[in-house]
Amino acid sequence: MSQRKIRVLIAKPGLDGHDRGAKVIARTLRDAGMEVIYTGLRQTPEMIVEAALQEDVDVIGLSILSGAHMALAPRIIELLHEHDLDDVKVIIGGIIPDSDIEPLKEIGISGVFGPGSSTEKIVEFINEVVTV
Amino acid sequence: MTSSVQSLVEQMLTGSRRALARLISHIENEAPEATEALALLYARTGQAVTIGVTGAPGTGKSCLVTELARFYRQQEKTVGIVAVDPTSPFTGGAVLGDRFRMRDLAGDSGVFIRSMATRGQLGGLARTTFDAMRVLDAAGFDYVIVETVGAGQNEVEIAKVADTTILVEAPGMGDDIQAIKAGILEIADVIAVNKADRPGVQNTVRALKAMLELGHRKRAVSHHGQMMMQDDGGGTIVDDFWMVPVVQTIATQSEGIADLAQAITDHQSYLHESGTQVERDRVRLKNELMQRLQSALLSDLLQKTSAETLNGVLEQLVVRELDPASAVQKLVSV
Ligand SMILES: Nc1nc2c(ncn2[C@@H]2O[C@H](COP(=O)(O)OP(=O)(O)OP(=O)(O)O)[C@@H](O)[C@H]2O)c(=O)[nH]1
Ligand SMILES: [Mg+2]
Repeated sequence: MSQRKIRVLIAKPGLDGHDRGAKVIARTLRDAGMEVIYTGLRQTPEMIVEAALQEDVDVIGLSILSGAHMALAPRIIELLHEHDLDDVKVIIGGIIPDSDIEPLKEIGISGVFGPGSSTEKIVEFINEVVTV
Repeated sequence: MTSSVQSLVEQMLTGSRRALARLISHIENEAPEATEALALLYARTGQAVTIGVTGAPGTGKSCLVTELARFYRQQEKTVGIVAVDPTSPFTGGAVLGDRFRMRDLAGDSGVFIRSMATRGQLGGLARTTFDAMRVLDAAGFDYVIVETVGAGQNEVEIAKVADTTILVEAPGMGDDIQAIKAGILEIADVIAVNKADRPGVQNTVRALKAMLELGHRKRAVSHHGQMMMQDDGGGTIVDDFWMVPVVQTIATQSEGIADLAQAITDHQSYLHESGTQVERDRVRLKNELMQRLQSALLSDLLQKTSAETLNGVLEQLVVRELDPASAVQKLVSV
């Protein structure tokens, strides 16, 4: 009897402020039947990727408000590749200028969700990109 | 056949943390690969010291596990951690928050932390948690620590899978000591009264000691002191010659951790010297064997029995044409 569940790591890299948004997302994903590992504030790319590896997650959700996404995202993608974790999908939520969306997708970010995105859309997206 | 599982196991044994993580996922998913992997690993298990940490929500279990892990790391021992949180019965999802509290351990390659949800299966906590611990054990971690929230059956289940069970209490929760049910103290090998920086800690310690004393005397009398241990049917060993120590800790200030570690070491020595360790292992394996046999035989029977036959028998029970015991006889003799 197999009972696969989608596992998601929620992390907040960088040094900026609060993690309210990250917590809301964590609860939304739980309510959608997913298992969410919440790692909290001030996570370095190395910590995030190591946690993703140990927890064997399908998705990493990054909450970034600081504007540091263009520095953090490539590093995380690079580390995932180094650890042979290319199949882990990375999504970013937060304040991301429209002009950065395409470049982020080009380096391998699966989805970008700006401040106006509905949480249902994020759930839908994850259910779509993860093959259970 | 060199299956993908076999290569995963080989990678894990040569130190791949990714392979280790994947194997634990197979176990969580109750996938067929898990059975194959465990068959390959089983001979390597039984090496690690296994510690269960349980107690009411928020008593400081994760902080204590973190401190214990740091203590063992200073002695250059490696530590594998399984942190179990409940699955929401309504949505099937879970927020697993223990890793967040253990973030001070991040970046240490001698520590591996895995969060697991109970996924709501009956008896599943014991089986999947135990198997995940086995994988960590086979991977060579010196200590394997499992954290579960003490609610319902969980603490009894954890006592079945770990060699040393630590019950974490905290002062200032009003009448919580009164609320400790009979069974719960019996599963504790060591009690940690955490948050000892809070008022009321002496009362909590005193109340716990009194209850332990009472329980100890009762057991000693009922067994006339002759029995070292006893299988109570649930697989818990009740033994009369270990006095459960009550240790005060302040996890957030790293205080009392050496005392707690000492209590664990003492309990381990007791287990080995008294022969209880071997006996516990045997009881545990016997219970597991029986459980697995039960479910295998049941699913085998259900596969051979058509839904029609089952419903027919059920109908006969409903109209009192047949009694349940005879119905079973009839079904198993098909
Ligand atoms: N004052 C004080 N607070 C503590 C101590 N140990 C832990 N805490 C705090 O208690 C809270 C809960 O700690 P955790 O370690 O997450 O407790 P837990 O038992 O693992 O919680 P659950 O896994 O949710 O059941 C945190 O805010 C800790 O900072 C302590 O010794 N003293
Ligand atoms: Mg905890």
